[in-house]
Amino acid sequence: MSFDIENYLKDQAKNNIILFYKGNVDSDVINHVLDTVEYKMVEVNEQSKLRKKVYNVLVESLQNLYHHVDRVPDDFEDQTSEKFGLLVVQKVKNGYKIITGNFVHADNLEKLEEKIKRINRSSHEEIKELYKFILNHQRISAKGGGGLGLVDIARKTGNKLEYAFRKYNDKYSFFYLNILVDERENA
Amino acid sequence: MEPIIIEGTPKTPTVKFDASEGVFEIKGRSIPENSVEFYKPLVDWLDNYKETPLNKTVVNIRLEYFNTSSSKCILDVFKKLEAIHKAKNEVEVNWYYEEDDEDMLEAGEDYESIIRVPFKMIEIVE
Repeated sequence: MSFDIENYLKDQAKNNIILFYKGNVDSDVINHVLDTVEYKMVEVNEQSKLRKKVYNVLVESLQNLYHHVDRVPDDFEDQTSEKFGLLVVQKVKNGYKIITGNFVHADNLEKLEEKIKRINRSSHEEIKELYKFILNHQRISAKGGGGLGLVDIARKTGNKLEYAFRKYNDKYSFFYLNILVDERENA
Repeated sequence: MEPIIIEGTPKTPTVKFDASEGVFEIKGRSIPENSVEFYKPLVDWLDNYKETPLNKTVVNIRLEYFNTSSSKCILDVFKKLEAIHKAKNEVEVNWYYEEDDEDMLEAGEDYESIIRVPFKMIEIVE
């Protein structure tokens, strides 16, 4: 069976999908996604606190894709997307799930996983301190990212970062980040 | 010094920096992909202002959203203000947040703890 990047979603996000996107993540796509999701949340009268959190997390996840995705493997079906990414926004019981997917080169996998594990080991207070430390000490990278995206997502949601790597071939894995933004108070 | 006046867009804030009044304002959404491109002229302008500032400078930050890459640029703006303050000029930052927006309040408190300039946290009640 060939590799299907949507397989993961069949288990993780079945119903109430309010947005699905697969393809190049450029500035226009980001604008469009933000507008669409914001409009849909206003339409259902979502309370502003949750709406803001979802919007913030969406901005960071999309811009993470924009700044950090690795090139797609040579034999992948979509060769035209320079920054190929997958995005699903799903309405769940007390909030929203935002799932992103992108290729990660084997050379970058360990570093990414280490970063997530460090965040997931940290208490809310430690995440706050980590955020401030990076804000104050790290320069904006050549790619334009501040190295703060994942830390900010964890801080704003108060939830652990769920993630998975699915091996594509020896050089590449597909990385899924599964973020829950819900109404519960931050611990 | 020529003032900086920039109209806001869905991804970048409204900016009004007026050296003759000593009142600077950043308002709206700051979520561009390339925040350095947007903020560099502001930081350069402040670098100039820093040479001959007014006795009192008031800075109003009234953001609805900002992304993490803007957060570093905003820190650069504050660092210029800190230098003005350090040179014995009065500087006051008013950090506005909407009443239910604890994240925005916390973001202001982050800056307050890093930058040695007096901050005032102001809740906007609808």
